[in-house]
Amino acid sequence: MGNDFSMNSVFSFAVSRKYWVLLGGFSLSLASCSKREAGVETITLTGSSTVAPLVADAAKRYEESHPAVRIEVQSGGSSRGLADAGSGVADLGMVSRALTLEEAKTLKAHRIAADGVCVILHKDNPVAELNRQQLIDIYTKKAVNWSTVGGADAPIVVANKAEGRSTLEVFLHFLGLDNADVKADVVVGENLHVINSVVSNPNTVGYVSIGTAASEAKNGTPIKLVITEGITPSMETVADGTFPITRPLNVVEDAQTSAAAAAFLQFLTSPAIHDLVEKHYFVPVP
Amino acid sequence: MTSSKSTTLSRSLDRVFRGVLGLLAAVSGGMVLLIVSYLVTGAWPAIEAGRLAAFFTDERWQPGSARDPQFGVVSMLVGSLLVTLLAVGLATPVGVASAVFHRFYAPPVLERWNRRMLELLIGVPAVVFGFWGLMTVVPLIVRLAPETPGQSLLAGGIVLALMILPIVTLTTQAALQAVPRAQLLAAAGLGLGRARTIWAVALPAARGGIGAGVLLSLARAIGETMAVVLVCGNIPQIPDSLFDPIRPVTSTIALEMGYATASHKALLFCAGLVLVLFTAVFVGWHSFRRQMADTGTGGA
Repeated sequence: MGNDFSMNSVFSFAVSRKYWVLLGGFSLSLASCSKREAGVETITLTGSSTVAPLVADAAKRYEESHPAVRIEVQSGGSSRGLADAGSGVADLGMVSRALTLEEAKTLKAHRIAADGVCVILHKDNPVAELNRQQLIDIYTKKAVNWSTVGGADAPIVVANKAEGRSTLEVFLHFLGLDNADVKADVVVGENLHVINSVVSNPNTVGYVSIGTAASEAKNGTPIKLVITEGITPSMETVADGTFPITRPLNVVEDAQTSAAAAAFLQFLTSPAIHDLVEKHYFVPVP
Repeated sequence: MTSSKSTTLSRSLDRVFRGVLGLLAAVSGGMVLLIVSYLVTGAWPAIEAGRLAAFFTDERWQPGSARDPQFGVVSMLVGSLLVTLLAVGLATPVGVASAVFHRFYAPPVLERWNRRMLELLIGVPAVVFGFWGLMTVVPLIVRLAPETPGQSLLAGGIVLALMILPIVTLTTQAALQAVPRAQLLAAAGLGLGRARTIWAVALPAARGGIGAGVLLSLARAIGETMAVVLVCGNIPQIPDSLFDPIRPVTSTIALEMGYATASHKALLFCAGLVLVLFTAVFVGWHSFRRQMADTGTGGA
């Protein structure tokens, strides 16, 4: 007897939650409907979560001077940017690495900024510098204790990025490793998750975009950017090309780009967004 | 005449009402079929290519490796299962104890406030639980076991346990509330103390309701994504200890779906499908057992 009653209350609880979800979805779709005003052209960009915040800021500025244009920016990784731009799901794709020869056959890349990938450690970790060989040893678990690379007697906790992230591809390309060679203790998705992993366990080593690392370190997050191959990671060393782990931040288009999208692309590659590029701790390209 | 007319009217109204209710019930039931068919469609390219076998025979999960692509999903299923069982194992005793306390011992004011707090806890977004786990639970684990990464099976179990605690507690409370007063009074009349009444009368009577709550929280835990991805470490391996990182199936989908290209995406759909089937087996097993129990006692 008691069972029936409680089953009912379980059910009504589940239903009421479903109801709110439905309502939420409904209001969302209403909100997106109201955006479709007459005479307004929408440009959609998808792709790299590294590039997306910069493009979103640039889009805001562009919309101010072009009231008839709405720009939607969605992040989801470079691979998605390439796929969406190629299939026409999005007008333009955001890709935070150089295109492969295969990709360059169908898509054209426009460089809007440059970025570096740097190794980060906890502020309290005495290690300040790691060269390429040491990083290879760490990421393949040949070096498992910080004392072997000049640190304290503590285990090295290796944080790696999840499949498909361009930071992963850029970093592994620098080390000359296949992802199957990497023996990680922690696999994470976002740059901020890497940073938080280092903060929550000071024995962790990770790698993130220099832009993200520099802004977090400046805001008081207890991390430091590690000197690699004798070069300090910074916007200056990325700009002058001396920092060894760098990548272009691209916006890609296929052959059927609309006039509106092409105009926005022109804006993205112009000096008009250089201040925004610097605000996001990236390096403007001439 | 008039009375028969109004009867006909109320009857047809009844029929409409019944039809509407039936339709809505069909929608909520059919939703599951819709989702499963969506998963099957998404997973089809991988099934067609005969990748399903590799799912269970490959040892590692490295779909992006150019040199040695492997698609073993077993370690992730084990991860999902372990972290869910750990969470349910942690949350059930605490939830049931708290429900018993609030039903039989606490003053009504406390009971009411406790219920409000638990309802609030349900509304806390998973990502907040995950972030809190990463910044609070993980450092605690590192202090406890300095040689480990911290992000681990244990961290995932603790965070998930907190997330499902309100479900276990509230359903148990409702089940206890539904135990007929007469039974409790009869137990008191027989001279049983409060503790004995709870143990021998109230809890057995509420068993089915508690079981339903545990099942609901189990399904909730096995499907949870945002929180576990932040605290489990996401290494696809069968753990040797509570302190080892694990990767639940949902984490893999969350980490890789947005970044996956065609064939990889189909594999992720496959993984999702396997997880849904997994949950279906659980639910089926539970209802089978209940049916057996019902027919068993029904005959007596």
